[in-house]
Amino acid sequence: MSFNNLDTLYRQVIMDHYKNPRNRGQIEGDSVTIDMNNPTCGDRIQLQMQVEDGVVQDAKFEGEGCSISMSSASMMTQAIKGKSLEQAVKMSRAFSEMMLGKEIDTEGLDMEDIEALQGVSKFPARIKCATLAWKAMEKGAQQD
Amino acid sequence: MDVKAIKEQFPILNQEVNGHPLVYLDSSATSQKPLSVIEAVNTYYREDNSNVHRGVHTLGTRATDKYEGAREKVREFINARSTAEIIFTRGTTTAINLVATSYGRANLKPGDEIVITPMEHHSNIIPWQQAAKATGATLKYIPLQSDGTITLEAVRETVTANTKIVAMTQVSNVLGTINPIKEVAQIAHAHGAVMLVDGAQGAPHLKVDVADLDCDFYAFSAHKMCGPTGIGVLYGKKELLENMEPIEFGGEMIDFVNLYDSTWKELPWKFEGGTPIIAGAIGLAAAIDFLNEIGNETILDHEQKLADYAMKQLRTIDGISIYGPEKRAGLVTFNLDDVHPHDTATALDAEGIAVRAGHHCAQPLMKWLDVTATARASFYLYNTEEDIDLLVNGLLKTKEYFGNVF
Repeated sequence: MSFNNLDTLYRQVIMDHYKNPRNRGQIEGDSVTIDMNNPTCGDRIQLQMQVEDGVVQDAKFEGEGCSISMSSASMMTQAIKGKSLEQAVKMSRAFSEMMLGKEIDTEGLDMEDIEALQGVSKFPARIKCATLAWKAMEKGAQQD
Repeated sequence: MDVKAIKEQFPILNQEVNGHPLVYLDSSATSQKPLSVIEAVNTYYREDNSNVHRGVHTLGTRATDKYEGAREKVREFINARSTAEIIFTRGTTTAINLVATSYGRANLKPGDEIVITPMEHHSNIIPWQQAAKATGATLKYIPLQSDGTITLEAVRETVTANTKIVAMTQVSNVLGTINPIKEVAQIAHAHGAVMLVDGAQGAPHLKVDVADLDCDFYAFSAHKMCGPTGIGVLYGKKELLENMEPIEFGGEMIDFVNLYDSTWKELPWKFEGGTPIIAGAIGLAAAIDFLNEIGNETILDHEQKLADYAMKQLRTIDGISIYGPEKRAGLVTFNLDDVHPHDTATALDAEGIAVRAGHHCAQPLMKWLDVTATARASFYLYNTEEDIDLLVNGLLKTKEYFGNVF
């Protein structure tokens, strides 16, 4: 593997989300708030979701971490907005499968930019970075 | 010191990672193992394996002789007075927990103080937090100087007549700071406190002389000093250990067992409940032989030269932050501007270079440094200046790569 292979991990779209994160900030008013960290590395995320009738109206995050964890949070919040919690959890499961290197059927899931993270599965040490935001979302879905 | 010849004794270092020769710069996390250690463990399992202190048969005697021989080897290595003062544990963490639980809970009461520093590894923080919570004692921190060192004035201002325990790392696993243990122990003793030393990063590199340091407890792990994982040592002064209760009960550690009450074996075995880590102790003894043959002064000198060289070379990189004091043990902790240390470590790994990235089990220190994570390159006797050149080259490529993808 050489530096060129890093491109499988650091796709342009990932770096774009890292540099220009979508939905970074806090939600005014009622929301579900979940704090989660990755104790092995110190990455942390605070995710807020505004849910009405089981549908995610808004999602925002704050946090500190590497390009993979922060871009994943950005993409995740973008993807779940307007989706039902049920669908969001389905996406999260599909994402976990994707991290295990499995082929996933994304039809009807509307994964948007998220598939750019597929390369993470080739870097086992980084999978937890990518799944942090999704785990926070699943926890929040249970709380709602 | 013939580094090339030394390196040849570490078979793991002779491999390619991601198409590049492996450059292992993570020895502070765990060191690699020389052939002699691998062979010692291998031979034990192939030829001598048996339980210790019970078999009447020949293998039992051989295993016991090797296990207790390892204890004597450790005694000599740290200059303890007696093998009664050498307790085998699972590692540094278990050793500190043993003191915090057994000595701590029996000797601490509300109003008493435990004194530590912000540069401790979690394994020398959390056992004391728990002991403080269980006994009502207070946990206090000696403040650090801006370069990540402590001064004896700060120690004197923090340690009081109420202090019962001072616990401090000999070498910081993040900053590389070498602490003045002997002087701190004198201050602790002047106030009637006992001194525990976390030697996890000390024993692999420094000459450890517990008699000279006059510390009361010294804890270290084999795996950071060329030995196997899963074995470490708690040294304790005999008069203290004798008055401490075991915290693990069962086989091996008993004298008489009655229906409702039992008595313990003498030191050190009363603290070694269950079948001990026999192969681990034998591997540790082989590691000590290996290090002794080279000599710890030679090893430390080599590592400090590497650290100096690394500081000099790393400073040539624009936008690098280096943490910790000028005079340091063989490690350098750093960050590149605008590149998260995880991304740095992944990029270096693509070049076959292994460094640590994260909080290094020192979250309070990360907070003090005002960073969430850092990258760390740590050196041992098998590393060379060429390894550091490759690191610097890898970091320059990393900077360029992340500069371009943005």
